[in-house]
Amino acid sequence: MYEYKSLAELLSLAKDNGLRLHDIALRREAEVSEQSEEALLQKMEARLDVFRESIEAGLSDGAPSRSGLTGGDALRLARKKASLLGPIARKAQLYALATSEANAKMFRIVACPTAGACGIVPGVLAALMEEKNISRSEATQALFTAAAIGDVIARNASIAGAVGGCQAECGTAAAMAAALATELSGGTDEESLEAMSLALKNTLGLTCDPVAGLVEVPCVKRNAALAVLAVGAAEMALAGIKSFIPPDEVIAAMAAIGRAMPVTLKETSEGGLAKTPTAQATAKRLRQEMNQA
Amino acid sequence: MIGPSSSHTAGAARIGLLARRILGERPVEAELTLYGSFAKTYKGHGTDRALIAGLLGYEADDARLRDAFSHARQEGLEFSFIQSEEEPVHPNTVRIAMRGVSGRSKEVLGVSIGGGRIEIREIDGFPVELNGEEHTLITLHRDQPGVIARTTAILSATEINISTMRVFRSAKHANAVMLISTDVPVADDILESIEAVPAIESVLALEPL
Repeated sequence: MYEYKSLAELLSLAKDNGLRLHDIALRREAEVSEQSEEALLQKMEARLDVFRESIEAGLSDGAPSRSGLTGGDALRLARKKASLLGPIARKAQLYALATSEANAKMFRIVACPTAGACGIVPGVLAALMEEKNISRSEATQALFTAAAIGDVIARNASIAGAVGGCQAECGTAAAMAAALATELSGGTDEESLEAMSLALKNTLGLTCDPVAGLVEVPCVKRNAALAVLAVGAAEMALAGIKSFIPPDEVIAAMAAIGRAMPVTLKETSEGGLAKTPTAQATAKRLRQEMNQA
Repeated sequence: MIGPSSSHTAGAARIGLLARRILGERPVEAELTLYGSFAKTYKGHGTDRALIAGLLGYEADDARLRDAFSHARQEGLEFSFIQSEEEPVHPNTVRIAMRGVSGRSKEVLGVSIGGGRIEIREIDGFPVELNGEEHTLITLHRDQPGVIARTTAILSATEINISTMRVFRSAKHANAVMLISTDVPVADDILESIEAVPAIESVLALEPL
């Protein structure tokens, strides 16, 4: 049995068996789902194609979303040569933005862990695959590490904005992406978990207050911003920097903050950015348009 | 999945699909009542198109979801949406009243609980809990002694392991519902023997979504 409930248990299972985090995640999934490891690897590898499809959709479609709140920014970013970011952070940001715009326009995406946070993991992964010559099988393995982290967070805290705010959605995605980036850059399993802690810690308290209740503002650009944060967390972990608070305690803190967060800031659009004058005027306009349609 | 929201789009599509399977045939008419956040934001999230896509039998990652309304017209599904002001059991709630091609009707209450996960909380007024993640048998039967024992005996004789089981009834000796989740699918001949148990009116076998 490869059952684990915490990241500490996951890590010690890997150590005890002389395996990597992704091996344990794959074996547990095979046990739980009663599917072969080969079938699961194939399924996961197919996600790489959907990632690419979403990025291409976002980069080739410059039209606004149905609400008109987002769209066209991925193209805008693509046309401008990077002034500040290095190639990996730059591509991670661009691809995360493209994926999130594609999501807002109802193209196909992979919810990882949710649709609102769908840009971060593929953005970081696609950037690494291109810039570091990562093979499909290495990328697929690293996705199992990311999935294990998302799963542990889902089981011990939450990945739903309505339960934990955006820290639970985009925060989890950044944590998953940071661990994946560390692994694909030659980091150890311990370093991957440090990267996950560093990313999650720096998204704690993040509210879910989308304008007019739509997964667009601030979600789309937040995906782009947090893809860069994930790369930065991995960079620190790869240098041997450790999170003072261990991974499972960071996750528990995220859960506690989510519980303490007022309901107005948990996907109800009754507080924060959603309550600003601009957001309220936008919500009113969209309601009128909806009733006319 | 098709964007933009795992709860409001993918979850909605999965509720629609599970509703269709509970009806057990192609729906030709559906009235969908939206509550809470579903009622307020359904157009921007494509919740309406996703629900219809599910009723048409499409999965949450089917690109036809975007044009579900025109597919519904082609496939002869008439539908209407009602936005309710009522306080819902959960922020993302929909009630679907359906009529199938043979004239059979069913009404389900579904909630989308986040990340695309869903629960059917009511079938024809019966409180149930159904998440579409396991092989599940649903019986409609009269509440009387021995029905549960006979049904589980049939399953145990064929070495089918029950993972969870729940029984609901409207009143003593009245209509009742059994929800039995199993680790493996239940073959048709076993379903027939369960259906032959006196007091059982019907059995429906649902596959995981």
